[in-house]
Amino acid sequence: MTHVVEPENRPSRVVLDADDMSRALTRLAHEVVERTHGASHLTLMGIPTRGADLAVRLAAKIESIQGTPVPVGALDVTMYRDDLRLRPARALLPTVVPPEGIEGRLVVLVDDVLYSGRTIRSALDALSELGRPQAVQLAVLVDRGHRELPIRADYVGKNLPTSKTEQVKVQVIERDGIDQVTIEQSS
Amino acid sequence: MKHLLSAGELTREEAITILDTATQLAAATTQGVGKLPPLRGRTIVNLFYEDSTRTRISFEAAAKRLSADVINFSAKGSSVSKGESLKDTALTLEAMGADAVIIRHNASGAPHRLAHSGWISGGVVNAGDGTHEHPTQALLDAYTLRQHLKDNSGDLKGAKVAIVGDVLHSRVARSNVLLLTTLGAEVRLVAPPTLLPIGVETWGAQVSYNIDESIADVDAVMMLRVQRERMSAAFFPTAHEYSYRYGLNVARMNTMQDHAIVMHPGPMNRGMEISADVADSSRSVIVEQVANGVSVRMAVLYLLLGGTEGV
Repeated sequence: MTHVVEPENRPSRVVLDADDMSRALTRLAHEVVERTHGASHLTLMGIPTRGADLAVRLAAKIESIQGTPVPVGALDVTMYRDDLRLRPARALLPTVVPPEGIEGRLVVLVDDVLYSGRTIRSALDALSELGRPQAVQLAVLVDRGHRELPIRADYVGKNLPTSKTEQVKVQVIERDGIDQVTIEQSS
Repeated sequence: MKHLLSAGELTREEAITILDTATQLAAATTQGVGKLPPLRGRTIVNLFYEDSTRTRISFEAAAKRLSADVINFSAKGSSVSKGESLKDTALTLEAMGADAVIIRHNASGAPHRLAHSGWISGGVVNAGDGTHEHPTQALLDAYTLRQHLKDNSGDLKGAKVAIVGDVLHSRVARSNVLLLTTLGAEVRLVAPPTLLPIGVETWGAQVSYNIDESIADVDAVMMLRVQRERMSAAFFPTAHEYSYRYGLNVARMNTMQDHAIVMHPGPMNRGMEISADVADSSRSVIVEQVANGVSVRMAVLYLLLGGTEGV
């Protein structure tokens, strides 16, 4: 008699599939349009790598709702991190400022996962080096809690209660060939 | 990466990482970010035993743009002119808490000695040692070549580069041969036999005595300065003859491919290895090389000091 061992100990489960992700982004897009009264001075800045991919998608969705293009860029925060000295030197990722710039714009930062809030703190520093936006808001696909700084998201795709021993992994089709969010027990 | 002593110790991947990092840092500068924060609180010493304008200023600008504190130390007007040894100077710098020492020295191997002697605990960057190596110059040359020939990404596979002139006294030539071949380029050294070092055939570059046969099919020509201050003997009959046989003038430049660029590490002897109209022509990227030097040195300092030690 053979006994098939189910991989029940493999600690990974899908919390958002491709359709869920798409719906969450669509809802985020509508919320951004609503809260910004038509998104006229809106600029999206995604945090590389996956935040930047999501920002491009979110911009496309907002454009399809509003009919006007939304400037979208990327903001690398590596050099502004507070844990720079705790790890070996990290590769820098591209920062792309849209031609409209960020001066006087309503900038929405876009990231995949909001956790400690330290990335967003770095992003605020990085952003202020580029100019003075009229206001800055934050959109994230997943908020998993455990904040270490007084930072909150204005737009949340999914609130995902997690334990600190778990890892939230966001995969995007542009980079990973699949759209999904999974939770894994970190070893 | 703890030290940068030789262009030859860089792997292809490490070299590309440095060039890619330089690209991002250059972009930050064009976006108007005057100062970046990663080296805040770090002290970098410019230890220069030999005259230099652009390299020292370039390193200083690079360190300051990354928010490091810079101490300039030149041998002239310091205790070195009273006879202090490299060891005692190094111990002094260590006591002052230098996180990295950028050294230029007239003795080949001085940076290696400094890095491996145990005199200092920080990183060492070779900014030119004798006739040995000048790795950051090779990196900025590779960066410039990549910008013009490879759309600013990846390696230099298939690129053909002629390095022309005083190879014997040139640390720039040696570092460039090592780095450019690591990145997949084909390098050709062009010089009179008297200005080629012994053992040049083991460098992995082609060697030619004839400039006219060597530049028609290349993507870039790199002219070397004739280093008269290092010449104790007659390596060529007259400056005029050198210029006639090995100088880059407009007639020679016109035999090059249309897209090929002209490079020079500076300082130039106009009228000697390069004519003034070539140096100022639209093919000349000599000023770009200087600008790229700051970005590349920022990348080296960031990768050396921007994280914990090691890797």
